[in-house]
Amino acid sequence: METDSHSGGRLRPPLLEIKGLTKRFPGVTALDAVDISLAPGEIHALVGENGAGKSTLIKLLCGSYIPDAGEMQFCGVPYTPQSPLDALKAGIRVVYQEFNLLPYLSVAENLLFDSLPRRYGILLDYRTLHKRATTLLKQVGLDVDPHTSVEHLGIAQRQLLEIGKALSSASRLLILDEPTATLTLREIRRLFEIIRDVRAAGVTVIFVSHHLNEIFDLCDAVTVLRNGRRIASLPVASTNPPEIVHLMVGHELETTLGVGRTAEEPSRGATAIWVQDLRFRGNVHGISFALQYGEILGFAGLVGSGRTEMLRAIFGADQRDGGEIYRDDQKVLFDHPRDAVRHGVCLLTENRKEEGLVLPMPVRVNVTLTDLSRISRAGLLNGGREKTIAQNWVGELDMRIASLEQAALDLSGGNQQKLVIAKWLFRNAEVLMLDEPTRGIDVGSKAEIHDLLRRLAAADKAILVVSSEIPELIALCDRILVLWRGRLVGELRRNEFNEARILSLACGESTAAGEEVSFRGVTGGRSDDRE
Amino acid sequence: MIESDRPADGQPTETPVDVAPVGIAKAREGRLTLVQRVLREAGIGIALLLMIVVFSSFARHFTDESNITNILTQVTINLIMATGMTFVILIGGIDLSVGSVLAFAAMVAGVVLKSEALPGPAAILLAVLASIAVGMACGFLNGFIASFWGVPSFIVTLGMLNVARGAALEVTNARTLFEFPNEFNAFGTATLLGIPAIFLVALMLVLLGWAVLTRTVFGRLIYAIGNNEEAVRLSGHNTFFYKVSAFVISGLTVGIGAIIYMSRLTIASPILGSGFELNAIAAVIIGGTSLNGGRGSLIGTFLGACLIGVLADGLILMGVGDFVRQMITGGVIILAVIVDSYRARFAARTR
Repeated sequence: METDSHSGGRLRPPLLEIKGLTKRFPGVTALDAVDISLAPGEIHALVGENGAGKSTLIKLLCGSYIPDAGEMQFCGVPYTPQSPLDALKAGIRVVYQEFNLLPYLSVAENLLFDSLPRRYGILLDYRTLHKRATTLLKQVGLDVDPHTSVEHLGIAQRQLLEIGKALSSASRLLILDEPTATLTLREIRRLFEIIRDVRAAGVTVIFVSHHLNEIFDLCDAVTVLRNGRRIASLPVASTNPPEIVHLMVGHELETTLGVGRTAEEPSRGATAIWVQDLRFRGNVHGISFALQYGEILGFAGLVGSGRTEMLRAIFGADQRDGGEIYRDDQKVLFDHPRDAVRHGVCLLTENRKEEGLVLPMPVRVNVTLTDLSRISRAGLLNGGREKTIAQNWVGELDMRIASLEQAALDLSGGNQQKLVIAKWLFRNAEVLMLDEPTRGIDVGSKAEIHDLLRRLAAADKAILVVSSEIPELIALCDRILVLWRGRLVGELRRNEFNEARILSLACGESTAAGEEVSFRGVTGGRSDDRE
Repeated sequence: MIESDRPADGQPTETPVDVAPVGIAKAREGRLTLVQRVLREAGIGIALLLMIVVFSSFARHFTDESNITNILTQVTINLIMATGMTFVILIGGIDLSVGSVLAFAAMVAGVVLKSEALPGPAAILLAVLASIAVGMACGFLNGFIASFWGVPSFIVTLGMLNVARGAALEVTNARTLFEFPNEFNAFGTATLLGIPAIFLVALMLVLLGWAVLTRTVFGRLIYAIGNNEEAVRLSGHNTFFYKVSAFVISGLTVGIGAIIYMSRLTIASPILGSGFELNAIAAVIIGGTSLNGGRGSLIGTFLGACLIGVLADGLILMGVGDFVRQMITGGVIILAVIVDSYRARFAARTR
């Protein structure tokens, strides 16, 4: 059915017309005869599970890959980029998930790196540089000194910086690859304003996101990819989230929002871990809470509220300023992660690639890394035993892998997260602290991870979850604690769960209404927004 | 231009997440990496074989028994040092001090050997222990300083390179020691079944190191730390211990190397071993171990050391001068790194 309901510009030719675009890699067709058409000045969402072909499509558009078949027309002329430079010349800018910033250069230099203003052709024109940088920073709503070196910025700030950088060279097509994955709600709202401004300036935007609500909030059209094929391209106005999810996964599944744990109050076990007056990073307000066996406890809070620092302080990964931790009613001192691990407490960090997994090493090695004594005798490894154990965990957690020898690097985000969980379950962890357990994971795997956590709680594990997504916490947790600026500002039980209430607590509504809390000072260094 | 083209019936087929094709693709990928792994391990071996074939046909006397013995003797010291160096490079470090530490250990051992208070066999035993102790102590200092203060091992061991050389000169005030017990000197030229005994020692060290790296918990953690130290630390391991240990192992091999070198030369001089660190690093790198750590093997190091030895020997036999030989050896190192970068790029592309 041909619909022309899509707003305006019907008479104008498409900005970008992709026909039969195909890209093959040894053994896999990453993109299979994909057709997409982009109207000028629209915000076009690109969705699909991990491995659906989104990244490949972006890399083809920006000239990183050369297509095996198919053609592209950009602004009415054939477009065959041979390198990222061709894409830049054509006015296509990409903001990648991974940042391409130079950490030891200043914010201003990074922003305008592609076109540094010069004097006499060779000297750097610092005055113009900082003037233009200041304008760009204002445009993206980033309140930092342009002289600051990028290494001091948090992740959210870097994300905005990347977008400012993309805006610095007037582009016709702006591609944003999961720009909101590391941002908090407040920052996302700001980002959306910026994107709408960009559209108003005549730039077309491709927006990749796992968050459907964002797409319905922001985008004009949406294209769904699955297994390298385009499944559908729809105007956003004529579809709805369940339909998109349906198209993405090809089958029904529980949407994370709404459907929670069973209504009845879970049976509370004994206290697994009790944290009293925990202080860290010069924070004067101590944090106290208790976590029961069989309970899923959520922590909500904005970036910079101290969520990650709190977990790291409990785990002994970073210094503590004070406070006591009781494990099974016994006072414990975790000075080093290995002390925590010995007491059955584990931390699943927010960045599983950097801190959770040894990426180039095989699945089996990653599973057994936490407790090598169980696959060895007198220091000698027992390869057979290791394989059996790893295979058991792969089956137990339903990980989809080709073989135990596959490098963790080659797994999808969801399977990587399962691998991290597996390695801690293998270590007989009783208390699992998960920091952003489903970040960057597609909808289908997300539901599986949630399901897994619920099963673990049912098996009497004590689970602590930190998440930026309040709906995720609501769906998952028995109890939610809210952090604001390093202190506990609220506790909600299951029957009190309310997204708006949690959000307002996280924003410090009870103290100073509307106070700017999303960014810590640039001197924060390794702060929470290291995410 | 958005056409609403849902699948014809508007109702996608109710199949569970379609993982089969992905699985097959991944399996194929796994097979590819197996081929690559074979190439990685065998690539250097093939290069070595080719080199041997070429020299056998063009260099006279290359295949003579005396020449083969000569090659094995020449390779021995570098092989021993490169074995320890492999551990250090696998954790992402480097040890530039091995040449100087070798001289220091040799001087200390030499003094012990020359001491008249001890009967011959006891002096030899004590000298061996002293040499190993000096090597391990220097290695411990390197590892401790680098890991405790988080200083790049490049700088720490560069400092140790000077410290140990100075210490070696200080021991005898730069005098060379000689006239060691006959039993000691005899070991340097002894053979077993026609193979130099000192080469057998090196071979044993390689095999032992290989077993440690591939078969033990210790080796597993060395590789894991080289790949991602933070992940290993957060998994509850004492990474500090393993990092220091790698340097201590390097020192251990240097101590053994010093004794072997002395018994071959029948002297101990404070200027021994200069530049040995570069030969050892070259053997490790040619053997396919990544300078970034985490990837490589002692088999590769063994082949790398042999390749350097065969190349030097073959070129001498073909009448290539010292200077040109040095140029060619340098070229081979660069070539090895270029080949390695292609391999890495190929691996990245198939991902």
